[in-house]
Amino acid sequence: MNILINGQSVTVSENTSLTQALSQFGARPPFAVAVNGDFVPRSQCDAKTLNEGDSIELLSPIQGG
Amino acid sequence: MDSFSVYGEQFTSRLLIGSALYPSPSVMQDSIVASQAEIVTVSLRRQQSAVAGDDFWQLIKNTGLKVLPNTAGCHSVKEAVTLAQMCREVFATDWIKLELIGDEYNLQPDPIALLEATKILLADGFKVLPYCTDDLVLCQRLADLGCEVLMPWGAPIGTGKGLLNPYNLKMIRERLPNHTLIVDAGLGLPSHACQALELGYDAVLLNSAIAGAGCPVTMSKAFKSAVEAGRYSYVAKAMPEKDVASPSTPTLGMPFWHQE
Repeated sequence: MNILINGQSVTVSENTSLTQALSQFGARPPFAVAVNGDFVPRSQCDAKTLNEGDSIELLSPIQGG
Repeated sequence: MDSFSVYGEQFTSRLLIGSALYPSPSVMQDSIVASQAEIVTVSLRRQQSAVAGDDFWQLIKNTGLKVLPNTAGCHSVKEAVTLAQMCREVFATDWIKLELIGDEYNLQPDPIALLEATKILLADGFKVLPYCTDDLVLCQRLADLGCEVLMPWGAPIGTGKGLLNPYNLKMIRERLPNHTLIVDAGLGLPSHACQALELGYDAVLLNSAIAGAGCPVTMSKAFKSAVEAGRYSYVAKAMPEKDVASPSTPTLGMPFWHQE
């Protein structure tokens, strides 16, 4: 199935967990994630199963004013 | 220098500094050090393989400063709340500079959405530092919700125009004497920062004025001195302004006295 990570289309297996999808994408800590606009705490990423078309935001520290 | 409080934590530096727009990471680091700020603002953006985000975060951590994450760029309550939650996990702080833009042209905060997001975040345990306009009633409503710190703008972000409405800022200070007030955004010169402190504001938060200067490190020192001067001036209480001149040198014993 296809999901979006930071706007990029990514193909993952059915029943892929959020943790597995992030690993496949090459996510590097530190980061936080949201799925379809909702924050998913790190502690819940293993249990979070993704669905076709889910949109993941993978965010990391950057400069800010 | 006396201290001020941000949700119970005491700080002596009255300059909060941003970490963006510097010509290089080393200039950013040197400017932050020169400012002697104790609080630095940071943000979150999409992770990109080509961006050295880890290096940036390591540089900030090396400063040992308190970090204040922001929700810059958010245009809805939902976006701002989600980004605040993500910031809390990454930066391990419940502080959030709540930025919720209502107008894309001048980046003016949306006061209605700001109140709604503030209410949600305070209920979720955040210590909210709302970036708001210099509207007294908005500031009062934010205070009513439980904000201990308010951050009205001096002018739109990045304009460098200084305090566009000193009367409004002064009124907010007078009406909310027990809240920590920080002028956030729009400053360009150290004299602007000094003026904010002279009005009784507890601190200023700025980024572009230092990062966009010809020599950011030197400008950082200038702003450090300016907030100190402004604070001392406020504490010292200025002389009353008068419309008529009065000589400072004693007139008693004046030679060549005008007789007519």
